[in-house]
Amino acid sequence: MRRPFDEIVSEHGPAVMRVCRALLGAFDAQDAWSETFMAALKAYPRLREDSNVRGWLVTIAQRKAIDQLRTAARAPAASAEPERIDGAQVAAAPAQPDRALRRVLDALPPMQRGALIHRYLGDLPYADVALLLGCSEAAARRSASDGIASLRKVIRKEDT
Amino acid sequence: MSTHADPDKNERAVARRMLDAFSNDDDVASAAALHAQLAERAEREGLLDVAYRTIDSPFGALLLAASRAGLVRVAFAREGHAAVLERLASEVSPRILRAPQRLDAAARQLDEYFARRRKRFELPLDLQLARGFRRAVLVRLQRIAYGVTTSYAQLARAAGKPAAVRAAGSACSHNPLPLVVPCHRVVRSDGTFGEYLGGHEMKRALLEMERA
Repeated sequence: MRRPFDEIVSEHGPAVMRVCRALLGAFDAQDAWSETFMAALKAYPRLREDSNVRGWLVTIAQRKAIDQLRTAARAPAASAEPERIDGAQVAAAPAQPDRALRRVLDALPPMQRGALIHRYLGDLPYADVALLLGCSEAAARRSASDGIASLRKVIRKEDT
Repeated sequence: MSTHADPDKNERAVARRMLDAFSNDDDVASAAALHAQLAERAEREGLLDVAYRTIDSPFGALLLAASRAGLVRVAFAREGHAAVLERLASEVSPRILRAPQRLDAAARQLDEYFARRRKRFELPLDLQLARGFRRAVLVRLQRIAYGVTTSYAQLARAAGKPAAVRAAGSACSHNPLPLVVPCHRVVRSDGTFGEYLGGHEMKRALLEMERA
């Protein structure tokens, strides 16, 4: 039984948004989210029914985020805060996420950062995290655990 | 407490902190707005195969769904709207989003009908969910005027198969577009109301409304 796409958006939209935010920052995340779900909508009828939808969506989101970062890198002249011409239609701008945590997360080695984002924000099992990172499940677990140790230092410092 | 907290606890603390950091208080409102924008963009870019919305009616919530060709489904609450959407996903297309705009005219005309300000619907219809004889029956049903009733036997004859009275009844009970394609105007030859997907009471109320 194929589920209506609307249910897919409701169920997985928030997790995809968290992943986009972690990969890109608050503002660009909305664009990446929309691009992800448009691409998913287009391909959805061909998706195998037994597919892991969350893993599939996060894979698309990761690709869209990379596209967006590449575009931004090619256009260094663009202002840091892009103007929003479609103001009336834009959803409420999200608040700035926790800066200290974000800085540490962004400074982590890519595998650790990716493992944490996909495991805890995408809420994916390690098997899927491994597929997304192109490594073994054991390596994905190790990366996450190393990442946790680094983040834990920030949290502990603030808690004391 | 040990300085080496157990790893599970560490993991849970970090997981919770990350979720807090990358979620927002306005996520619910923001998710709804993004979801609606997605539907609008899908419509503009020709990727929205089925648009749907629900409306209130004197008989409970109605689900309205339209393909690009026209209104494809009207469903009563008792049918279970989620189940109806799942069948649409299998039978029409899984590219389904809540997108009220495509159904503005249908919603307005149904409101007018319930307010007794409309006697016929002027909407493009997509009869793809009914095939063969059932579709022939729906086409005949559309010609039964407001306030008029006919029998299943007459309907079968009009649809070209006089002996297929039960099949005509079955076509009515599987009507994908109740109200708009007025299967409620078909009654038994003995004058009793017969079955109705929206319930016996609803059928009687509709016929009384139209007769008034």
